[in-house]
Parts: sequence; C-alpha cells; structure tokens
Amino acid sequence: MLPTELQRVIEGVKAVHPTRRTVLVASAAAGGALMVGWYAFAKDQTRDDGKLNAFVTIAPDNTITIMAKNPEVGQGAKTALAMMIAEELDADWSHVLIAQADLDTTVFKGQYAGGSMMTPENYLPMRQVGAATRALLVKAAAKKWSVAESECTTSKSVVYHGASHKSARYGELAAAASRFEAPDAKTLVLKDPKTFTIIGEPTVGIDSARLVKGAPLYGIDVTLPGMLYAVFQKCPVFGGKVRNANLDAIKKMPGVKAAFVIEGGSKEVFEAEGGTVSSGLLPGVAVVATSWWQADKARKALQVVWDEGPYATTSTESLAKEAEALFLKPATLSLRNTGDADSALKIAAKTVEARYDYPFVAHVTLEPQNCTARVANGKAELWAPTQLPESGRGLVAHTLGMDVKDIIVHMTRSGGGFGRRLMNDYMVEAAWISKTVGAPVKLVWSRADDIGHDFYRPGGWHQIKAGLDKDGKPVAWKHHFVSFGKDKKFASCAGMSPDSYPAGRIPNMIYDASLIQTGIPMGPLRAPGENALVWVFQSFIDELAHAAGKDPMEFQLELLGKDEKLPGRGDGLSTGRSRGVLEKVRQMSGWGRALPPRTGLGVAFAYCHLGYAAEVAEVSVAKDGVLTIHKIWSAVDVGRQIVNPMGAENQCQGGIVDALSHALNQKITFANGRTVQTNFDSHMPVTMHQVPPMEIAFVLSDNSPTGLGEPVFPPVIPAVTNAIFAATGKRVRSLPIDEKTLAV
Amino acid sequence: MQYRLNVNGTEHSVEVDPDTPLLWVLRDAMNLKGTKYGCGAGICGACTVHMDGEPVRSCLMTVSSLGTSKITTIEGIAKTPAGRRVQEAWLKVDVMQCGYCQPGQIMEATALLSHNAAPSDGDITTAMDSHICRCGTYTRIRQAIKLAAAKEA
Ligand code: FES
Ligand code: FES
Repeated sequence: MLPTELQRVIEGVKAVHPTRRTVLVASAAAGGALMVGWYAFAKDQTRDDGKLNAFVTIAPDNTITIMAKNPEVGQGAKTALAMMIAEELDADWSHVLIAQADLDTTVFKGQYAGGSMMTPENYLPMRQVGAATRALLVKAAAKKWSVAESECTTSKSVVYHGASHKSARYGELAAAASRFEAPDAKTLVLKDPKTFTIIGEPTVGIDSARLVKGAPLYGIDVTLPGMLYAVFQKCPVFGGKVRNANLDAIKKMPGVKAAFVIEGGSKEVFEAEGGTVSSGLLPGVAVVATSWWQADKARKALQVVWDEGPYATTSTESLAKEAEALFLKPATLSLRNTGDADSALKIAAKTVEARYDYPFVAHVTLEPQNCTARVANGKAELWAPTQLPESGRGLVAHTLGMDVKDIIVHMTRSGGGFGRRLMNDYMVEAAWISKTVGAPVKLVWSRADDIGHDFYRPGGWHQIKAGLDKDGKPVAWKHHFVSFGKDKKFASCAGMSPDSYPAGRIPNMIYDASLIQTGIPMGPLRAPGENALVWVFQSFIDELAHAAGKDPMEFQLELLGKDEKLPGRGDGLSTGRSRGVLEKVRQMSGWGRALPPRTGLGVAFAYCHLGYAAEVAEVSVAKDGVLTIHKIWSAVDVGRQIVNPMGAENQCQGGIVDALSHALNQKITFANGRTVQTNFDSHMPVTMHQVPPMEIAFVLSDNSPTGLGEPVFPPVIPAVTNAIFAATGKRVRSLPIDEKTLAV
Repeated sequence: MQYRLNVNGTEHSVEVDPDTPLLWVLRDAMNLKGTKYGCGAGICGACTVHMDGEPVRSCLMTVSSLGTSKITTIEGIAKTPAGRRVQEAWLKVDVMQCGYCQPGQIMEATALLSHNAAPSDGDITTAMDSHICRCGTYTRIRQAIKLAAAKEA
C-alpha cells in the first residue's frame, strides 16, 4: 500500500507551490484546516485553564507549553515549529516547554516528517498560531486594564501598557485569555522578520539536555506494565511465505510465551506501487517472550520451511544482466522527447557517450524498527517511531479490521528516519502480535531484520549519449534509464522526472526508460530519486564540460543560461537561484586556484525538494588509488530565513555525510532472492576518519523558507567524483567509488 | 540465574539467563534505557558503557562474565568530572540530531578524555572511529570533545 499521503511526502513539492503568491494563497486555503487547532478550543467559553488553543497552554507560573504536532526524527521539528509559534507569541523562550502531541487528525494537520516539508508547510501557519495566541493575551490584559488592545505591546511573555506603566505576565492573563474566541485569521498581523528574536537564533534542541543524560525518549525505550517482547522472522526471500516451522520446540525455550505463524495481510496491501513494494503485514513467524533477548535467542533456533515464491533466483548479477539486455532493446517508456535528438547527434561536432550505475542502499536508522502495541477489546494503542503516523494507523486499521477511531498513536522520538519510517510495517506487525497474544507487546527488529527487510533506495543503470556543437555547446542528449517497475509504471522512488535537469536547456532531448520487475521492496530514502539521479546528470554534464574543453564551473553557469523557471517539480527549477549557489560556492572554494598534482576540485548543484545546493569538493588521489577528500564547500539557498541556524547547519552536515556514505561505502547486494548484508560491517555509514572538514553557507534569497533535510545531499557525490576526474582523469561511473580503479 | 551487579555505584540484583548480554540486562532487567541497541555485534558503539572505567560494548559482554566489575552507564557518567564536562560540551555544541548514538559517543569521549586530557585531532579520530552516527554529527562530536578538553585545561 502506497497511500496518496506517502506519495505526496515522497514527491514533496507537488502539494505546495513555493512562490510567495502561491504560498499565501495555499496557506489561506489550508488555513481553515490548519487553524482548527486554535479554533477548536477557543470556542469553549467556560475554560480558564490557560489552554489557549490546541498548541499553547500557559500556566500561572508563566511556563508556556507548546505542543509539537510533528514527529521528531532528528530533523529538529520539535524545536523549530515551537520557535515559529513562540516568535509571534512573543514568548520568553527560557520558559517554553515542548510536549509531543499524539496523532490527532481532528485537530492537527500535516503530522509527518518527510520531503523536507516541515518548514514550507508550517512556517506561516505556526506563526499565525503564535500571533493568534498573543492576541488573546493582549485582549485579556486590555480588558483587565480597560485600555485599548492597540495600545498594548508584548515582549518576553509580558503584556505592557506604556501610557499607564502597567504590565502583566502571560501567566497572570492566561486563565482569562482562555475564555476568548480565537481571533479571525484575517486580523492577524505577523511580525516584520527584522524584529525576530527567536526565529533565526541558534537554538539548542529542546530535548538535547535530556538526551545527553540518556533519557528514554525513543520508541525502543517504551515500557508498559505486563509487556512482553517480540521478534518477527519474515521470509528472507522477498515475496516468500511460511510453509511450516518448529513452533513446538520454540515454545519450550526459556522465557518464550508464544510462537506462531502470521499468514500476512490482505492482497491489496501487498500489491502496491509498481508491483514491487510490500508495505504491510508480511508472512512470518512471531516469537514472544518475557525479554527481548530470550525472544531473539529462541528465534535463532527457529527452523522455518519457506515457500520462497517467484523471486528466489534474484541476484545482483541477474539484475545487471537484465539491465544489459534491456539496453540492447528499444526502451519501453518514453519520458521526454523534445526536438530531434537522433538527427542532432548525427550532425554534432563531437559526441560523448557513457554508462552509469549505482546500487541499492539501505536506510539503517541507528534505532532499529520497533513498535509497542496494546491491542485489546477492539481498541489499539501504539507507541511508534514513525514519520507518517496517520498512514501507520490506517495500515493497522485496514489489516486488523478496526476503525481508525479506535486506534491511538503516540509518536515517540525516532532514532533516525531518512524515509524508512514513512513505511509502517513494524507498526502493523506489533499490533497483530499484541492482538494475537492478548498482551502489550514491544516488537524490536534485529539489525539483520532491518537490513534484510528495508524499502531500499533502488539501484539503476543509465546510458547517455550527448552531442556538442563546434563551440562546445550541448545540442543533443539521449538517455536510456534502466530501472525497476511493472507495466510501464516505476516502482516506488525508482522513477525519473521528464524534467530532470538539464531538461529545458538542451534543444534536442530523449529521456527513455525500461523497467525490470522484481520482488525487492523499494522506497524513499533521503532525497528520493535525486540522491542517485543528480550524480548521473551532474557527472555527465561535467564530462561534457571537459569534452568541450571548458572549465566545469563556467560550463555549468553557461548552461543555466538566462534567469527563468524551468518547468518541473515544485515551482520549477530557477536558473537564477541555481546560479546563485554556484557562484557562492565558487567564491567559497577558491575555484580555479592552482593545486598540487593528483589533486582536484569538482562542482555540482541540484534543485531538490524546493531547495538549491551547490557543492565543491577538493580531493587528492594517491598513486595506489587511495582517495582523500580534503574539504567540501556547500552553498545552500532555502529562502530568506533560516529558522534555527543551530539545527540547520547540523542538517546540512548530516546531508553531506549521508551522501559520502553512498559515495564511499554503501552497497546492498542480493543473492538467491535475499539481501546479502546482515549488519553494519558490510553496509557501513562513513565514520569519523572518512569525514572531511565542511564549510556551509546559506544564500538568503527573497523566497519563502523551505526545508533542509534533502537538498544538500544530491550534489555531494558528483562534486566528489568530478573532483576525482579533475585530479586523475579517471571518471567514476559506478558507485560506491572503488579506489582500485583510481590507481595509476 | 541471579546476578549481583554494581551499576552506577549501586549494587543490583537481577534474574536473567547467564548468556544475556549486559546491554539487555541494563535495558530490560534494570530499566536503564540510555544504553542503546544498534547492531548487537560490537560494530556501532551505541551500547558503550564503562567497565571499571574502560569503554566496552555491552552487547558483547554476557552477564556471567562481569564478575565484580563496576559498570557505569550514561545515566551515571555525570558523577565523573570528565563525564559531566563531556555532557555539558555536547549540549553547548548541540551535537544531537536524532541523538540515538550519542550516549555511546559520550561514554567513549569521556573515556578518551580521562586518559588523554588534550587529545589531538588524530587521537579523537582514533578513539571515536568505531562509533557510527547515522545522522552524521561527526564534526560536532569532534568540536564538543575539543570544548570539553579545553574546559579541563
Ligand atoms: S549495539 Fe553494541 S556495538 Fe552496536
Ligand atoms: S545523532 Fe542520530 S545516530 Fe547520531
């Protein structure tokens, strides 16, 4: 099941149009829904509990509790969204507490973490919540003092009336203020950003003080009275089913309370996007015990006879062979056909041709997938580290035959997300197991479960031929993409947009694709699509620059051409903003300076999830091929305002490091229909010795603020591989980088 | 089996199977959830605790092998001056993204600083390289260790 909500998150940009005009229109349209939060409570005239709306409660001691409506997966939502509210509320930040809200779609909108959408979707509505709350407090003060509201000012949780020298702390006013109707959204005047005192200030994460002491904030830390622990062994071969298992022997093992086969969810849950994703209750064997260790130990003694299903022979080699065969045949899907690429290639002064490929990659959130569930008497309560709780609740309701009204979802902190927790398979597993054993159950996946049952970033193969005219200008681009899917439909996150840059900048273009059908689950991983495609496109543009005998930076700037928006995802790629980040990174990195032998600079840029990033890498390659990345410079344009520079810089560094893991280390392979890797040792995120110094700069353009989770990632890999070419003349066309191929 | 353990300066008695790794004893039998499970195989470092002041991977130590060693976890590390300094530096720099790896990182960094008051960049890399931060906070980890070291000086 790939619910439309998930598709929207993956695509991110389709739902929101980021120009200033459209954001205002969109938020006014969405306003009714988003504003439910402060209308719903204010209508109750009898309350005096300081609860001013669904988001803000102010206690007599001046403590302000702000509800965090979105899940926190390390992206900083809990702190940043509260900062937006607190700014317009004129709150004293040192008295702000933030509480995690449960999933409540009757009150809150957009309770998810994904697609770098936290900032663009919430920047205006959260500020409006703050302004509306402030208006209630001002009204209470004005009434108390019998003065005009317009004569009152606010600062740091205090309302002032200058003329009469009166002042009152928010805590004194909150009880009275909670009786008032919420003001009309149209009457709210938001602050001039120049006067901000909270937004834009580097702010330490609200949970950080507890995290350094080891506070139990994560899903895996949840404990309930009478709780049992579960592991769930699924068929290692994708699409396989249980024939039988030695359940009687397992039930006798120490601590084991139950062991049973789960047949799996309904057919419509299994048959999803592209026919390859299975995001539901898969068949397997559950083992439930009084401790997780005992459950897992019993699982190691499990002997299951599997019906391995139709994909038991899939291997990395078999997929590569299929891709090879597809390259020899005409493509089955036409994504883009503008001008006449074939003729243009025939008359081009120079042609360049190359093949690129990249592997599957797993998410490996450091906190393995887990969920604690209590299902009894037709009701369910779930504690889950999830990026998309609403869809998890829907999946549980659908699979267990329940009404969503009977399901409570508590969002715990997540030990990483990266898109993995947009899928909620572990939620439905925990719910099913709890229902079956009639007790609260904490399901924790082992690392092997996690790597072996991911929704992988799909691998892909590209064959590209391009033509340059006599001045070295690209005139034709012909591209055959071999990817995954079924019946002309790409598998989840295995697609390529017809508008992929440099579309719109080369007159004659063909983007074609052919699809391999497989049982391997695929899904969104940070900067879905772009995390690999940008490497291919930006590498090949670099190839063209060298073929044209031009400086790659100059070539990129020239190709961008005049200032305009190219049609495509979101609001379309702005060539001007792209140029802005390229020029900034050119200056930061000292592009063009003299370098020692076997040292080089490489550049790449991307427009991704509404943000722009350009990166330059400086690398050197020893004679034996050993690669050293000396530094990465990154220029990022996500609009006019960085909400929390503290978190923003961390996100950028994280995006760069994540991309380096793809560039240098990570590769999932398959054999006999199953994932070969079982732990980090064979799928290692980069560790400290592989992390170069990084310099990040924000280009503040006059555009609405957008998110940072994804845009910084995509240009990193091509910046590094383009730098390797500059240093060695060797073009990396296969990931991860194999140092052996770089030796002299 | 019944085991007596000295954790964070207090004697505890737990009833677990002899082959239970210390990680799961801490988390599930003693409800000390700060020590994290990441790989169960000694690779990621999320489960790092101190055994008689030395960093060890609690996912690899069975309860029966502990003897009378003194165990310190993230919940107890603030009692040591180095531990407190490291936690303060971590907060000041705001190292955390998801935060899940950080208890292990803090335990390793504390052990480093208690042996080496002024670690060089190379020393930091050597000590911390066996820890995975999936979110990629390595730059800030380095920064926080330097800050904690400077405070001591
Ligand atoms: S859980 Fe012990 S090293 Fe990863
Ligand atoms: S902060 Fe998320 S794993 Fe380190």
